[in-house]
Order: sequence, then structure tokens, then C-alpha cells
Amino acid sequence: MSEQGTARQPWYYSPTARALGALIIVLLIGAVFNADGAFFKWGTHRDMLRAVSVFGILACAMTLVIISGGIDLSVGSVLALASVSFALFTIHWGWPAPWATTACLSVGLGCGVCSGTLIARAKMQPFIATLAMMVFGRGLAKWVTGGEKISQAVKQADGTFQYVDLPPVFNWIDSRILYDNISVVTIVFLVCLLGCWILLDKLRQGRYIYAVGGNEQGARLSGVPVVFIKTMTYGLSGLLCAVAGICQACQEYQGDPEAGVAYELSAIAMVVIGGTSLNGGKGSIWLTLIGVLTIGYLDKILSINAVGEDKRLMLTGLIVVVAVLLQKSRR
Amino acid sequence: MIEDSSKHILEMKGIGKSFLSVPVLQGVQMDLHAGEVHVLAGENGAGKSTLINILGGVHTEHEGQIYLNGAPVRFKSVLDATDHGIAVIHQELSLVDSLSVVDNMFLGREQTRYACLRRGPMLRQAQDLLRELDLDIDLRCPVEHYPVGIKQMIEICKALSLQSRIMVMDEPTSALTEPEVERLFQIIAQLKQRGVGLIYITHKMEEIYRIADRITVLRDGQHIGTQRAECLPQAKLVQWMVGRDIQTQFPQRETREGELQMQIRDFCVPNPDIKGAYLVDRVSLTLRAGEIVGLAGLQGSGNSALLNGLFGSYGKTVRGEVRVGGQAYTAFDPIGAIGHGMALVTNDRKATGLVMDMNILQNVTLASLPEFSRFGWIRPRAEAKVVEAQARTLNLKTPGLTADVQVLSGGNQQKVVLAKWLATKPKVLLLDDPCRGVDIGAKHEIYELMNQLCAQGISILLVSSEMPELMFMSDRILVMHRGQVTLEANREDATPERILCAAFGQRSRV
Repeated sequence: MSEQGTARQPWYYSPTARALGALIIVLLIGAVFNADGAFFKWGTHRDMLRAVSVFGILACAMTLVIISGGIDLSVGSVLALASVSFALFTIHWGWPAPWATTACLSVGLGCGVCSGTLIARAKMQPFIATLAMMVFGRGLAKWVTGGEKISQAVKQADGTFQYVDLPPVFNWIDSRILYDNISVVTIVFLVCLLGCWILLDKLRQGRYIYAVGGNEQGARLSGVPVVFIKTMTYGLSGLLCAVAGICQACQEYQGDPEAGVAYELSAIAMVVIGGTSLNGGKGSIWLTLIGVLTIGYLDKILSINAVGEDKRLMLTGLIVVVAVLLQKSRR
Repeated sequence: MIEDSSKHILEMKGIGKSFLSVPVLQGVQMDLHAGEVHVLAGENGAGKSTLINILGGVHTEHEGQIYLNGAPVRFKSVLDATDHGIAVIHQELSLVDSLSVVDNMFLGREQTRYACLRRGPMLRQAQDLLRELDLDIDLRCPVEHYPVGIKQMIEICKALSLQSRIMVMDEPTSALTEPEVERLFQIIAQLKQRGVGLIYITHKMEEIYRIADRITVLRDGQHIGTQRAECLPQAKLVQWMVGRDIQTQFPQRETREGELQMQIRDFCVPNPDIKGAYLVDRVSLTLRAGEIVGLAGLQGSGNSALLNGLFGSYGKTVRGEVRVGGQAYTAFDPIGAIGHGMALVTNDRKATGLVMDMNILQNVTLASLPEFSRFGWIRPRAEAKVVEAQARTLNLKTPGLTADVQVLSGGNQQKVVLAKWLATKPKVLLLDDPCRGVDIGAKHEIYELMNQLCAQGISILLVSSEMPELMFMSDRILVMHRGQVTLEANREDATPERILCAAFGQRSRV
């Protein structure tokens, strides 16, 4: 096979071009079915970005893990756990927002490090370890809340409800800044994106993530601290899930233990549509951004055209298949 | 001698093939008689694999014409080629490890009655075939329990059961031990008697002249020549392959007496699969600065395990006293080993040497990345500078430093591995078969490099599957057998006969 790759492939074969192709097709569809010009209004795009931000943060987490050669099924559960923790700390216990945020991030980090340790040290398969964390985390979130949503209505000892004030942090994260032009959650998503880019492209640890995902044994024999890198990757994934969880809680003004069910599948879909290989060792955070936008726009276009959820889900499934087929034909 | 074309069971004429508009084969011709071994020789990247893939139906789009017994054919798929009696036995065997021997032999064409497998007849047929090849193994056992040599025999049996008249073997001996190679050659002789035509690809000179009836040489995708083996002296063959005259394959070496660089005492590597057994059993050796010590031995003798154990591939289960440059080394993990100035070039660059998804630059700096980063941030310019310098010293042939390592030839890939380790500024190089799958030209460059490194005071522990390489490059040779050293000799005293005797377990002292 060594003879094959000597020629430079044309630009349109590059993963970025292929991923952009899918996005452009979706945008063209939007331009055609523009719902009486609604598609050309900035508000539509702003709302799409807001709606997709939480998923986008999870997709960032998933990108790191997938490049390291693993998978993280627990992102939705960790999001739920963080969101109920945040609601519990701030609304019920009245902690100041910085403390509550730090505590929530620690919860997420802890969950990630747990899965990471199982995978890196106990050599469990990522699928199994994070599946266990997914079930356990969901259970923990329900146990902590007693299965109820945590909102402004606080149940008293005598069974009556008392309404408490919503801490200002909720309104702030759910608001829009820059003259009402962009949501704070979108800014959070962009910051996560930037952080992942710096890690993957500029930092040594990021290079090691690629190396571990590409060839674990080879990386180990080159002096890469494989155990640390894997634990760190899952830890970061948990941390980002906690960020997403806090955003989710603020958007819904409550902590819902049922939040984030099946979000892991959306996150994986976004990463895969971007063109990051599930085999690990390849991909980039910008590809994931393209994937996030593709799914986000598809969803938005269908919703402004009042297409039902049934058809939206079917179309999303088809898009995943088409995107992966496009990537397959590269070889 | 005039060739009678009616004897040809296979003829390939004017075969050409391009990948992405880059021609890799141009007007190649080859033919095959019944009952002959036709060796296909050439450096890596000469187009041998492509030619074989065309014959085997892997590449269906190509120029030129294939004739089987005089009739033109065009294969639509691998299955199609198989149905025409062509069996290709690849370097990477195509057996399913978890299935039994008989299941593998009949995979895809199981005999059934009412959709149920008929194990009895299949077992009997398989048994008959194996008996013809004098192979006595349990047919119901999963093939993963057998060594590579036996697996290869199973593949040959499978090909025979398909009534294949043409067999292609792509470097079949690269993973075989000496007795297994002998066995394979016996079987090849049997196949010839049955009238099977064999196309045989190998890099090993002595193999070519042992079994070849005719030799065809390809270079840069072109047919250079076909000649009967007895009419083609080795010098001419090498010249055909490399396109220039390599006077001496090995550069001159001068033995230097440096100071003590590395000391190993009673080093043991337990066998991870068998409790109480050892891959390396109480080996002691010393290594001086600027010295090359060769570790000879058959496959499984422990010479490769010794290098890997030292470097920490087996984890911390190894025991023994090791001092590098006067300092005790007890970590036995890759990070500690690199810290002590060791570097390991493994014998399988695709599996353990390179990260194939990363580019050249990233691969070269992988082992020394802390040196190119400040507070965790990689400094791209410092990185590029060092890699450029390495590429120049190693004469790396590449379209660019950010090209994928996948596009490089075997020799250049190996240079990337070497560059990676030289970037760590090592004191002791552990080379595990550094020239495996490397073409002659690059081999020579690697030997020159080894000499240069020794002149700089770097010591080398060399394991090689090729006897001449060990004998010419080593200052001292240690021969291992079942984990123990059976012979230690200086270069002058180490004759091939003595090394072979010691490799088979006869102890002697010098």
C-alpha cells in the first residue's frame, strides 16, 4: 500500500472541505425553505446558537475523548448531575454562585476522573466504564433530588411548597449580551471551543491525546504518560459536561434529574458529522464546530418550517449516514 | 534457451496502474510456468505489491492483459481471482484467529446439508490435505494457539483445497524461525512437484538463490529484467534492484574502546503468558561507549525481549541490576528509560514505532516534546528547526515535514523512527531489527548512521534477523537461546557456524 499515497490529494478531499460541504448543503436548504424570510433574520441564527450551545459543549467533551481513542457515554448523566447540584446549591442552599460553580465543576471532574481511572488503570473498555458511569450518575442525580425537579418551589416539612427567589446567576447566564445579540451560553460554548483548540493544537498534552488515540502502545514506548493522559481526557470531559449542566440549569431555571437523556448520542453524532474518526487519533475541534452547526441549522430550519419532531429525527438520522458515507469514500 | 510459451500457466503483459494519476506500475510483464518458483524482487515501493494485488483481484482497474493458460482474463474481485485458481498468501495472514483450523480452511465455502454444517466430510478433507503436507495438528483447535509458521501452512493448505494452480507468497518467511523456514521450503518443493506455479516475494538474498528458478526484478514500477537464477549473479541482481552498483553492502567499521556505558547483571524477563517461565533468564552484559553489541538468536530466543524488557515494554515485572552511564536504572518503564538516555527502535514500526495518523514532524518530536515546549505550550519554530536538521542528517526523502508518515516508504518511515530517538539525545540505542522491511539503499544509510553515532560515543545493542548484518556491524556478538546467553564472541571469532550452533543451544566458551 505504500505506493498509494504518494500523490497529494485535491483540496476537496480534505476532511474540513467535506464537513463544510454538508453544512453548506444544509444552509442552502435553509435559504430555499426560508419560511418567508425568517431564515435571513439574525434572531433565527442567534436562537439556533443558543439552542445548540449546551450540545456543543458536550460535543467538545466528546471530541477530546474520541480523539484519545475512547468514547464517553456518560456526558448526559454528568450534565444532569451537575445541573441538579447547581440548582440544589444555589436555590435551596443559597450558596454564592462562584462557590456553587466550583463545586459543580468538581463534581463533573470527579465523575470524569472516575471513568478515566477505570479505563486507564483498570484497563476497562471505555464503552463499559462510561456506560456504568452513565447509569450510576443518573441514579445519583435522582437520589440526590429524590426524583423531583429542583426549582424555586421548595417542599417544606409539612408538605406545602414555599417559593424562594431565583438567584441572579440564573437570569444572567440565560440573558443575552452585546446589545442583545448573543446569548451568554453561546459565549460559554465558544470559550470551551477555544479552550479545546488551545489544548489540542498548542499544548503538549493535546499532542499526547492524539498520540494515545493514534497508537497507544507506540505512544507509551515514546515516553508518553498514557495513564495520566487518558485520566485527564475523561476528567476534562466530565468538567465540560458540568459546564453544560450549569448552562442547562440556568436555561431551565431548575435542576432536572431527567435532563440530558440521550444527549450523548447527539454529541457523538455532531462529532462524527464533523468528520472526526471514531477510531481515534484524528480530528479537530473545528470539525466538531462544523458538525454542531450542521445539526443545529438542520433542526432550526425544520422547526421554522413547522416540520414535526418525527420527521426531524428521521432526517437527522439520514444526515448522520450521509456524512459518514462521504467520509468513507475518502479512501 | 528459448521459452516455450505454451508452458505458461500465467502471463501478464503490459501491466500498468496509477494511483491518483501517479503511475506506480508501467508496462510490467511477467509469466509463470507450472512447477516453478518465480521470485519477484525489488526494493520497497518498486511496485511488487501492486502487481500482486492486480493478479489477486484487489485492484480491478489496470492497464494491460492477464492470460491464464493462454486465455485472456479480467478479474472482477478477489473471489473471482480465487475461482480462477490464484491464491495469494499475504504477509498479514488472513485467518480468523478465534475459529478452528478446519473452519478457517472452509471459511466462506462451508459444506452444508439443509443449512447445517457437515463437519464430518470437511474434517476428513482437511485431514487428508494436512497429511499430504506432513502437518500434524489438531483441526478443532482455534488457530490462535498455533505459531505463525503453522498458520502459514494452514493458509497453504487452504489454497491447495481451493485447487489453486498459482500461488503467490508475499515475504512468507519474515516472521518465521529457521526450522519453520526449512519446513516451508520443503513444502514449496512439494508444491512444485504437484505442478503449482509459485510467485515468491522476498527481501532476503540467500532465500532468493535457494529457491528461485527464475527472477524478475521491478524498480520504480518498471520491469527491469527476468533471468534464470543461475544466470543472474548476486552483484547483477543487486544492481538491477537499486539501479546502481553497491560495492559493499556494509560500511567499514572500526572497533573503538570507550569507557563503560551500560552494565546489565542477572537481567530476567518473566514470560507474561506462562507462569514461572522466562523470556530472558539471568543475562549479564556490558556495553562500552561507541560499541555495537549484536544479540543473535532465533525467534523467541529472548534477544528482542531483552531490549523490550530493558525499555519497559513488559512493565515492572522484570528483575536485574542495570546501570547506565554509572547511574542505577530501576524504573523499567519507557519514561524512566528515556530519562536515562535509552532509546528503543522496535521491530514493528507500524504497531509500536510510529503513530501513523500523525505527520512526520509530530512523530519525530513525540519522545522529546518537553524540550520543545515551555509551560506546556509547544514552540512550533523550535520543533521545526530540530526536525529539519534531523531530516537533513538522515537524508529523509519526503514531500514535506508535515506530510503524513503513511506516504513514506518503509526505509523513510524507519528514518523517522530513528530521528525521533536521536532527538532525545540518547546514550544507548536499543535497535530491534532496524532494517526489517527496509530497502537496500536505505539499509546502507542506516548502517552508515550507526557508525556515525558510534563515533559520537553512542552505544548500540543490535538485534537482527539477518546474520550478515549482525556479523558485519557488531563489535561483539552475544548469542541467545531460550533466554540465556550461549556464546559471547568478538567479531573475529564469531563464525556463522559457531553462531548457529550457539543459537540452537550448544554452549561454548571463548
